[in-house]
Amino acid sequence: MTAVPVISSLALDPPRLVANECTACGARFFGRRAACAACFNEEFRSAELPTEGEVVAFTIVAFAAPGVPTPYVAATIDLGGTKVQANILEVEPSPEHVQLGQKVRLTTYSLGQDTQGTEAVGFGFTPIEKG
Amino acid sequence: MASGDVWILGIHMTKFGKRPDVEIDELAAEAALAALKDGGVSIADMQVLAAGNLLGGAGSIGQALQKQIGQTGIPVFNVSNACATGATALRTVMMAIKAGEADLGLAVGVEKLSGAGMLGGGGSKFNKDVWTPVGTNGAIMDLDGRVGTSGMPGVFAQVGMEYAHTYGGATFETFARISEKNHMHSTLNPFAAIQKPLTLEQIMGDIMIAYPNTRPMCSVNCDGAAAAVLVSDAKLQTLDPDQRRRAVKISASVLTSDPYDEGCQVLPNINTLTRRAAEQAYAQAGVAPEDLDLVELHDCFATAELVHYDNLMLCKPGEAVSFFESGAPFRDGRLPVNVSGGLQSKGHPIAATGIANVWEVAHHLRGEAGDRQIEGARVGLAHVIGLGSACGVHILEKAAA
Repeated sequence: MTAVPVISSLALDPPRLVANECTACGARFFGRRAACAACFNEEFRSAELPTEGEVVAFTIVAFAAPGVPTPYVAATIDLGGTKVQANILEVEPSPEHVQLGQKVRLTTYSLGQDTQGTEAVGFGFTPIEKG
Repeated sequence: MASGDVWILGIHMTKFGKRPDVEIDELAAEAALAALKDGGVSIADMQVLAAGNLLGGAGSIGQALQKQIGQTGIPVFNVSNACATGATALRTVMMAIKAGEADLGLAVGVEKLSGAGMLGGGGSKFNKDVWTPVGTNGAIMDLDGRVGTSGMPGVFAQVGMEYAHTYGGATFETFARISEKNHMHSTLNPFAAIQKPLTLEQIMGDIMIAYPNTRPMCSVNCDGAAAAVLVSDAKLQTLDPDQRRRAVKISASVLTSDPYDEGCQVLPNINTLTRRAAEQAYAQAGVAPEDLDLVELHDCFATAELVHYDNLMLCKPGEAVSFFESGAPFRDGRLPVNVSGGLQSKGHPIAATGIANVWEVAHHLRGEAGDRQIEGARVGLAHVIGLGSACGVHILEKAAA
């Protein structure tokens, strides 16, 4: 069965996030850029991000646009100095169960198949158990 | 001798709330005509018009407004800059006057949002039969809710939580108390969409929208318009003493966008561009934060108000929580913030907001704010930010005589 990532910055086998990194200043971007927003250089290379990081901000979304299942935990995660936006999965969506500074790890899951049987692969982060 | 200063000659905001009786252009006309009357001038005197309407789909709102109040052939700038649209219209007229191309100009912002649901997010077309990467990030489906949140409540919730993570001390209750302050302030403002005091328990116990913002901690979708007539110093000197007495000086007018910053493309950084706008505004006006008598800042969510205490340098870096807990931003405090009730109760008709907050400050400087008057107000600051991002800061001063 073939699989396709939900966004192009998610690489599969093994799952990791890959940024476009400016070859001049090292600024990182998700998705295509004509030039670096920091230094205007026009060359980029791929940079793999660590799969473990820390929650630096989160929210629990209870009301969302039609078709978006709620509640869910959305977070900003620092992966070794590069921030990403993702959901935190496999936790109770309540303030008691999510903490700022929490250590998390990348995980992937199926978002369903299209008519040709190709699986869409989503991603999120799960808490790393302490100890 | 005339200075290069630009003044507010006339200004008005409509009472915010539900206005099913009028169309967008009519609501804009209501504000524009009242602002012209307030300034003692007419549309025939205007040499430039800048107007904004973000979500109404009205097309060229400036020309639609002209058809309501007078087509004189003057240049029209239709502006769009998210929640900073009104401030951008004001800034556009300001630049035309500063450039010497006009002596008198009109800036208008209008929005009809009553009954609108969740703003932001919004998907584009994806192929549901065969997954097909779309756009610069190669998404195969709408990412909102799957890869974090793009809804405004969730984005601004994270902005507040990020501050809490960096500096500590900010809790759900802290944010709710900020909202309690603004709802209390609104009870004195007859122009507010909602004038209802709410207890801390009511605020914290209300429907959760995006933790830690409950429903009353979010800005109110409503209908409203605001308009301002700007005049050059040279022209003002030729006008009547009463017009000169009520004129309010625009001591600083600044518009900024996001400088590049790590992470800003993931979670909007509303801090850096606001801080930069504030720094430029204080330098332009030659005033310091401690000189301010009142501030209207962009509390689109309770979480946003906290970080802007810091961004606007109303407190030392990292000390927004203690600034709030000192009582400073309450209307009887050292530096009242959002005595209008803020966007959480006054309402947030998006394109009108950046002129409505200037109206609020100007109203106090003129000594015309009625029950909510901040006595002896001489200098005030109005701030807006639209995600994307655009930030507008205006510092206003009472006429010298």
